[in-house]
Amino acid sequence: MSTADFSAELAAAGANVKSRWGSLRFFVRRYPLGSIGAVIMTLFVFAAIFAPFITVYDPLSTNAAISLARPSAQHWLGCDFMGRDVYSRIIYGARISLAVSVGSMLLGSSIGVTLGLLSGYLLGWFDLVTQRVLEMMQSLPLLVMAIIMAAALGPSLHNTIFAIAIPLVPYVARVIRANTLSLREQPFVEAAKAIGMSERRIALRHVLPNTLAPLIVLATAQLGSTILTESSLSFLGLGVPEPHPSWGRMLSESAAEYVRTAPWLVIFPGAAISFVVFGTNLLGDALRDLLDPRQRS
Amino acid sequence: MGAYVVRRFGLMLVTLFGISVIIFVLLRLTPGNIADILFDAGGYVDPADKARIEAELGLDKPLVVQYAAWIGGLMRGDLGYSYQTEKPAIDEIAPRIPITARLAAVALTFSVLIGVPLGVVSAVRQNTPLDYILRVVSLSGLSMPAFWLGLLILMFFVSMFGTIPIYSETPTSFWSALVMYSVPAAAVGFRSSALMMRLTRSSMLEVMRQDYIRTARSKGAPEMAINYYHALKNAVLPVITVIGIEAAFLLGGLIVTETVFNIPGVARFLVEAIRWRDYPMVQNLVMFIAVVVVTMNFIVDMLYAAVDPRIKYGN
Repeated sequence: MSTADFSAELAAAGANVKSRWGSLRFFVRRYPLGSIGAVIMTLFVFAAIFAPFITVYDPLSTNAAISLARPSAQHWLGCDFMGRDVYSRIIYGARISLAVSVGSMLLGSSIGVTLGLLSGYLLGWFDLVTQRVLEMMQSLPLLVMAIIMAAALGPSLHNTIFAIAIPLVPYVARVIRANTLSLREQPFVEAAKAIGMSERRIALRHVLPNTLAPLIVLATAQLGSTILTESSLSFLGLGVPEPHPSWGRMLSESAAEYVRTAPWLVIFPGAAISFVVFGTNLLGDALRDLLDPRQRS
Repeated sequence: MGAYVVRRFGLMLVTLFGISVIIFVLLRLTPGNIADILFDAGGYVDPADKARIEAELGLDKPLVVQYAAWIGGLMRGDLGYSYQTEKPAIDEIAPRIPITARLAAVALTFSVLIGVPLGVVSAVRQNTPLDYILRVVSLSGLSMPAFWLGLLILMFFVSMFGTIPIYSETPTSFWSALVMYSVPAAAVGFRSSALMMRLTRSSMLEVMRQDYIRTARSKGAPEMAINYYHALKNAVLPVITVIGIEAAFLLGGLIVTETVFNIPGVARFLVEAIRWRDYPMVQNLVMFIAVVVVTMNFIVDMLYAAVDPRIKYGN
């Protein structure tokens, strides 16, 4: 998403949006915490993309001689029991986290938007059935639903994405449906109807773009929760399988026994998860404030 | 009101029926059943033996028959047998429920007692350094995985006392029981208290902008009375909703927390049952969770009407 997407909102908020940099400066001044979040997210994406260039050791190569090595000048964050470099594994782990979180967020959101739009637009029996089914899905905690999906599909990267995306669908669909319901009563939709525009075109060209703001807010908030869900699944051994260096998986290997013997195996992967999720939450808060004026405090 | 309660209750049953179908179908999509896993572990496969085990467990019957057998049993209070231990499922599940329930209750108490007052303070002192600190702390609470916080707490115990709090069936004293439950409860409840705090804050801020608060202020009511009597009373409604939802969602956090602290509760048991493809166990456990969540939502809806006289159902 580019900064240009926000220009209308920014102008409404009284910002100088003549240049791209102007709107960026405005965002930083108005949302210092949100900007920190944006920096954290940039670092995260940067680490994922350039992982081979900012690490020295291979995240998968084992070396019994340095099993459980303490953090040192060679191995900044130490080594795990198979002698794999923890720093490399965390940097490469960003790829897994990014793939799973963005993948499941996009998949869950697109299914959710489709269902929400159809539901709010068609109403009738389709809406009734969809709402009931979504309600059923929401009656189970997100993690429980994801655990069952993950177990049913079997452990793999794709299945993990799927297992996290499906439980997200009801949350997106409900917001989009509510938004569609209020939008379809708006004068501009009535006007489009009056000039004889087809329902389909109204839905896609006029209603859909107007649900973008709540969707961005929701998607950013979800990004953090997908990362947390992935790490919980991997921690329980139901997520991304070995040898992928997933952050949650790194903690499950090192769990209780390394609390005494090798604390660096516990501290660093968890810190990476928390840091990135903290970033998404900071950014998400700022975006909500910016795009959802009703909740502005 | 009476008609509403009846209709709401009917919807509850429909939801539970739907969940039972979803879970049943999902579990049957799973590649490999318990027979496969047992034989994988054994490293030896005699198709006749395998077929005999599958027939014994009823896995060879059509799905509809298997489903009917399960639901029929549930209605009669018969949860079937665990594949793994061959004991009645109810005997495996029932003793674990109080453990998880106690953990959830302690965690929820923590989160309300800490989250709500801090949220009020944060709102009253909006945009002061204290507010910023509280907001950052609550945001970090929402960012930490519960299992990692649990591991950090264990680490703290190791460095302070050289030992970790170990779960025991028969705690020696009330004090040790309290420690035994409150340490894991703190790990899982931190997130909930952060959520409560954020919600109380935003709800308070909204209420504090209302006309009647200005009126109270202009008639000279003391600041304390305005914040803690007039405002909080009205700000607490959305918080109640979240308490209900959180009570149910704590179960998700408890799955990993019980694993970290090695507590034989019902939440961790779900993951173990899934690993073993122990269908009767997984089905019943998930149904149990669904019943808890749906009941909580029902209670919250009813509480709404009780707390807020503006809400009247059924008219």
